Parts: sequence; structure tokens; C-alpha cells
Amino acid sequence: MTAETNAAAGRPVGRVRFMDAQRVNLDGFAVEDADLGLVAMRSPYDPGPSLVIRDGRVTEMDGVPEDRFDSIDAYIARHGLDLSVAQEAMSLPDVEFARRLVSPDVPRSEIVRLSAGATPAKLARVLALLRPAELCQAMTKMRARRTPSNQAHVTNRLDDPLLLAADSATAAAFGFREIETTVPVLADAPSNAVACLVGAAAGAQGVLIQCSVEEALELELGMRGLTSYAETVSLYGTEQVFTDGDDTPWSKAFLTSAYASRGMKMRVSSGAGAEVLMAGAERKSMLYLESRCVALARAMGTQGVQNGGIDGASVAAAVPSGLRELMSENLMAMMRNLESCSGNDALMSESDMRRTSRTLPIVLAGSDFMFSGFGSIQRYDNMFGPSNFNAEDIDDFLAMQRDWGVDGGLRTVTADRIARLRREAAQMCRAVYQHLGLADFTDDHLERAVDAAGSKDLGETDTLAVVSAAQAIRDGGITVVDVVAALDETGYEAAAERILAMTAQRLAGDYLQTSAIFDEQLRVLSLVTDPNDYAGPGTGFEPGPERQAEIDAIRQARGVEDLRAEQATSAVPLLAVAGPSGNGAGRKAAPGAAPGQDPREVVIGVSPAVGRDVWRCLSGLTVPEVLAELLAGLEEEGCTGRVVRFNDTVDLGRIGLAAARLAGSGIGIGLQGKGTALIHRRDLAPLANLELYSVAPAVTPELYRLLGANAARHAKGGTPDPVRNPYNDEAIEARYHTTVIALMALERAWVKPGAPPEELSLEGLR
Amino acid sequence: MTEVRALSGKPVGELTLEAVRRGEIGLEDLRIDPQTLERQAGIAEQHENPQLAENLRRAAELTRLGDEEVLAIYDTLRPGRATPAELTALADSLGGRGLPRCAALVAEAAEVYARRGLSA
Repeated sequence: MTAETNAAAGRPVGRVRFMDAQRVNLDGFAVEDADLGLVAMRSPYDPGPSLVIRDGRVTEMDGVPEDRFDSIDAYIARHGLDLSVAQEAMSLPDVEFARRLVSPDVPRSEIVRLSAGATPAKLARVLALLRPAELCQAMTKMRARRTPSNQAHVTNRLDDPLLLAADSATAAAFGFREIETTVPVLADAPSNAVACLVGAAAGAQGVLIQCSVEEALELELGMRGLTSYAETVSLYGTEQVFTDGDDTPWSKAFLTSAYASRGMKMRVSSGAGAEVLMAGAERKSMLYLESRCVALARAMGTQGVQNGGIDGASVAAAVPSGLRELMSENLMAMMRNLESCSGNDALMSESDMRRTSRTLPIVLAGSDFMFSGFGSIQRYDNMFGPSNFNAEDIDDFLAMQRDWGVDGGLRTVTADRIARLRREAAQMCRAVYQHLGLADFTDDHLERAVDAAGSKDLGETDTLAVVSAAQAIRDGGITVVDVVAALDETGYEAAAERILAMTAQRLAGDYLQTSAIFDEQLRVLSLVTDPNDYAGPGTGFEPGPERQAEIDAIRQARGVEDLRAEQATSAVPLLAVAGPSGNGAGRKAAPGAAPGQDPREVVIGVSPAVGRDVWRCLSGLTVPEVLAELLAGLEEEGCTGRVVRFNDTVDLGRIGLAAARLAGSGIGIGLQGKGTALIHRRDLAPLANLELYSVAPAVTPELYRLLGANAARHAKGGTPDPVRNPYNDEAIEARYHTTVIALMALERAWVKPGAPPEELSLEGLR
Repeated sequence: MTEVRALSGKPVGELTLEAVRRGEIGLEDLRIDPQTLERQAGIAEQHENPQLAENLRRAAELTRLGDEEVLAIYDTLRPGRATPAELTALADSLGGRGLPRCAALVAEAAEVYARRGLSA
């Protein structure tokens, strides 16, 4: 279509059409609309904060008198507020409260004390004042547990037990301290719980396991010791939506106690957007409604909250300041002295930049759990729906941790270790299923599960076998003791010991405290045992030297010695020293040799490590291949070439100029081992040159040949059309600068000041 | 500190692989003990969370009920399941069986549900 017809058809100009085609424009963006609850932090219908106390009883809260309290108000008013500090907290100006929240000079405990007396509307008003950097600062201080951590989703489309086991081991090895699984087929749930339990034990000690299904079944799995925590106990910010969810604050409070009575860690789940999606936001802002949820969570006595949007994260992200709102939700849980499991578990944008923008501040600030489910498996296998980060992004996340020097809870695992753990986990899972008479899996199935990047790599599987295994677990009353015994009897004593030790450790109840996780030595880290003591620079959590090394040593990191070894694999018996550079016909064989006499001779000067430590250019071509192209180009134009190695400099301009001065024609080609090349002339300054290929990774054999031909044309006195550097849109510098630095170090190591140049054999280059 | 015991009374130190092999470990040996929950409630109180403490004390009471009964009470507390009178009767029964905190929770639910139309 021509430009004119585009305009005639009313289409935007090309610049705008190009912008329209970017992925971010697949996202939905909503006009702020308080009537629909599409407002992040301040709705005109949000109540003003208020609290009236008579005879030790709340008679008005946030503008609502006691006789009109809905069930959420009533529960918070009766159980959620510390009335002894209420007057102080409520009379503190919002800005002053916000400043104390951010200031490192005001300790966390003081904010916790004040927040306990603040109503939902009050905390929402205070948090709406914080700018993004202030949210980070406050979160760094307010997180309950000193050591940050991370949670993984482990699921697959088939509920395949061997793959679940292998993936759980992988997640545990990467450092996730909680694994959450769920099912596409409800009946499979008991099988998923067993597979993840067994697999995680192969990967690391002390990983908590959750199987997110409907409450009764989830509790049953916990009662049997197959799972060790729960978090999908949903709260909502309006009574209508809460009731539509078939619960009340009292039923949820009872359920909270029920989990604790069976020794299970438990947190509730809430977050922006849920009420909007159910058309029940009652014109309130997302932050205010979530403030009610968090106040209720505290009132019920749960140890923590999974919030920050969760399923409704993209609703918050669709309105102005939505991401601030999501982060404020997490901070609010921390202020109420609860564990924060900080969302980031739903893909909130098609744009990689937007989804990174959503998650990064929380990773920088540090949370009890950075993600309430990092998809440790591929997007398509995530049965919660894709998370904001998934298996596709694990290396990105590891690099981000390293870039910022922060602990996001993950670590690099070597390829060998991943392979070994996956095999062990899948074998253990198969043995348990076989021993308990649940299912038999073939060798082929096992091999595929070990190798699989996702369930699509499994081929056809018997999904009915999973359903019947799950049924057998449920009907047979299989407990963690049966799993331990099966592991023991099938030769996996160490894994049996691990699961049993953790089961025993849970009986001490320490992990029921706020923000509790087990570390890999089965020590409990929690608000009680590992309290956050951040009070400004130089205080608070800092990765220890060992952990820092783990964060820094990503598998892609390369040093000079790695590169030396890599280059050595390309070494060939070519480019031997033919003699000092002056041994050509009629010249003295002596250092500092005289130039050649032939007016058609061009000298190709190479850098000091060529033919020694450097054999392969950044383009992937070998140095002999490049030299052969250059020589061929010279010959095509009727010139001859000599190859001379210069030993006293790595500077390409100096090498090219020195080569030109040795050449009978006065024209030289300079070539660094990394592939950067130029044409020089004997009368120019070192930094001047005739043509330069600066983008070494992108130079092709054809371009090197053309450079040779152009050098010959210069030698013959012509004026060739200079070749164009091959630029592209790739992050060439990011990809090659590390290698360049190492290659230059190899070159530099061969430099000897004053050392004479050497002529290299042309054998094998023609 | 006294040794942690399971609900069955078995000391946690006896939860060994040897004991599993001898078939001596049952589900009761994996259940948390009310005294443990009470101790944790005390710790939660010391760490500025009286609500968590209260929850753990309710949980201590619930260790005395079987799984099915616990789930049945939960279901009764869901909206529209029970009349105020039924809830009050449940509260009385729990109180009578030595679960005063759970009884208070249910009694409060009875009152609020009646006012908010959440009862059957």
C-alpha cells in the first residue's frame, strides 16, 4: 500500500502503525472508573478514616456505625485492632505516618505497633502517599523475615507424576523454598501432592509443599502429611463477593484454626481486581478493599497473606498507578506484621518490559516471598495460568539478581546436577508408585521425564493411570509415613530420612509463626528466629560471602582462562613462524626488517596472540579462514600478500600502519585475532585509516575478501568504494564485550616491547 | 524446654526410620500436640500478634476433634448453611466439650449472621 493510499484510508502514519504493532499494545488499558471499581488507590467513594471506641468497643469504623457493620467490618472491629494504640494511630497525620513508614530511623516494630491501631481506610490513605522508591525503602524495612525467599509453581498439563517429581527436584535445586502445585483435573490432586513431595526431597531438604485445590481436599492432604502449607484461602474486600465465594470471615477464621490444628502453615489470599471482576467492588478503590482484606487476615490470626493482585493483577495493571497499588498491598501485609507472599504470580502483560517493571521493585526491596509462585515450569505447563516469570525467565532472573547484587532466593545449578537430580527424583517417584501399587511407569517414560523441558516432550502418556493412582492414594489412606516407608524399602533411604526429619520438625510448630520457612539444614527462619533488623545502610539482610558467590556465579560467566581453553580447541598447525619479517627475497633476515620492494605487495599485520592463543574470531570464522579470504582478495586484484605478526602492540592502528610500512606498496591490512580489520597506508597517522571493519562479530567471509580486494586497489593507486560495516539491531556489545576483554587480555600477554615482527607461513592459507 | 511430643504422646525423637520399619508410626504420631500450639501462641503474643496467638489456641482446642468433625463445623459456618439456632446450639456443644474459644467464635457468627442475613 502506498503512503498516499494509507493516508486516504485514514490509517495512521507509518511511525504510528509501527508503534501499534508492538506487543505492549496487546494489553488492555482501562479508563479509570470509580463506579466500576476501576481505580487503584483513591476512589471518591472510599470512606474517610474514622474510629470511635466506647467502653472498649468499636462503635464506628471508617464512617460506618456499628449497627451497620457488614460482616467484614464486624470481624475487624471485634478482633483486628489494638484499641490501646488506636487513638494515637488514627490521630497521626497521614503524611507523618507515611514518613515514619519510610524513615530508616523509625524501627519496624514502631510501625507494626502503630499499624495495629489503624483502620483499613487509614492504612490505605497512608500507603497512597508513598512514591515508588519510598515503597521500596519501606518494604526493605517492613518485611518480617530478614532473609528473603521465593516460591515456585510446579504443575503440568498432564499431572504427570514423574515430570512433577523431576520438576520439583529442579525447583528445589534452584533454591525455591516453597513449591505450590495444582491440577487441571481435580481428582489428580493426591497424586500431585505425593509426586511433588518425593521430587522436592530429591532436590533439597526442607522445601514446603502445597497442593492448591478446594479447601476440604487440601486440608485432607495436609492432615495426611503429604503437604505442609496452604495459601489459597481466599478473602475478599466486600461482603457480597465474600459471600459469593461461599464463605464468611468466621468460616475462614475457623478454617485457619483447622489448618493450624493439623500443624500446617497457612496464609490467606486476596488482592486487587477480584471484586472488580465479580462486579462487586461497590465503587471503592482497589487499595481500600485490599486494606480490608489484610486487616481481616490479621484479625483472623493467619500468619501471612498472598496478595499483590494475584488473579486480578492485570486489572490493577490496567488502571493508572496500578503497579503502585499492587506493591502497596504487599507492604500493607508487612505493616500488619504478617508474612508477605508478594504476588507476581500472574502474567500481567504481553510486554516483557511491563512485566519486568511490575516485578523488579519487589525483588530489589526484598520480600518474604518475591513471588507467590514463580512459574518454575514452562508457561504452557502452568496450571495456575502463566506466572509473571516462568521457566523461560529463570536465567533472566538469575542475571537480574547478579546485576543488582540482591538475593532473589534463586541460585545457579549446573547442567550435570540438574540431570542427576531429575533422574533421581523420577526414579524415586516411580519406585514409590510401584511399591504402593499406584502405577507402573516404563523406562521410556522415565527417560522422557528426566529430559523433558515440558510435558509436550513426554509424548502420549496414560493419564487415566494418574487418576487411578490418585484415587488409590485417597481411598487407601496413604500418608506421609507410607511414602517414607516406600522410599526406604525401595532403596532411597536418604530421601526417606529427609521427609521424615521434616515431618518431625514440623511437630515443633515453629514453622507456624509468621514468615516461617525451613532452610536446607531444617532450621526455621521466621519473624521469631530471623527478624528483619533493617535500619538504613549497613544494616539488615546482606547475602553472606558464600551466598553472594552463589548469586554471582551464573553459569554463563566466563573468565580469561575459559576463553583460552575455548580458543585452544580451534588451534591448527598453521601460522608457524617463517622467520623474522625481513626474510623475503633480497631482504636481510634481521629484526626491524626493511620493507618489501614489490609495489604490488600488501602486508597483512596480525596481533601478537594470533597463531598462539587466539585462533577464532568473534564472527566464528577461524583466523586462518579470514587470512585466506584477505589473501584471495589481494590476488583477485593482482596483488600479493605477506602475513606478519607484530609482537609489540595490540593496537590495531599501529599494527596496520607498521604493516603498511613493511609493504612494498605502502598499503597494509591490520587484523586483530578477534577479527577487527582495517586498511592502512604508510604515510597516515596511526589512528587514521582507509577502511575499518569495527563490528568484528558480523563480518562475513565475503566482506573480508572485499577488504583484501580494496587493499589491492589502494595499492594500485585506485580509489575503491569503501565497504559498509554490517550493522544490525542485535545487542552486539552485550554479547561480545566480555569476550573482547578476555581476547585482548590474551593478546596483551604476548606483547613484548621492542620485540621484532615475525613473518608467518602462508602454508594452508591459499 | 521439655521434649516436643506428638499428639499421640510419642516424643518427636522417636520418629525414626527404624520406628517406621517396625511399623510403629501412625498418623497420630505426626499430629501436632495442643501443648505445642499453646507454646507457639505464647511466642506469637510476645511478637506483637495476639490474633495469631488466639488462632493457635483455637487450633489447640481443635486437635481434640476428628478430621471429619472439623470439616463439618467449617461447612456449618459457611453462608446459608445453618440457622442462628443451629449455630447457637453448635456453640453450646463446643463450649460444653471444653472448646471455649471455638464456641465463642461460633456464637459470634450466630449473632452476626442473623443480622447480616448469612444464616439459613
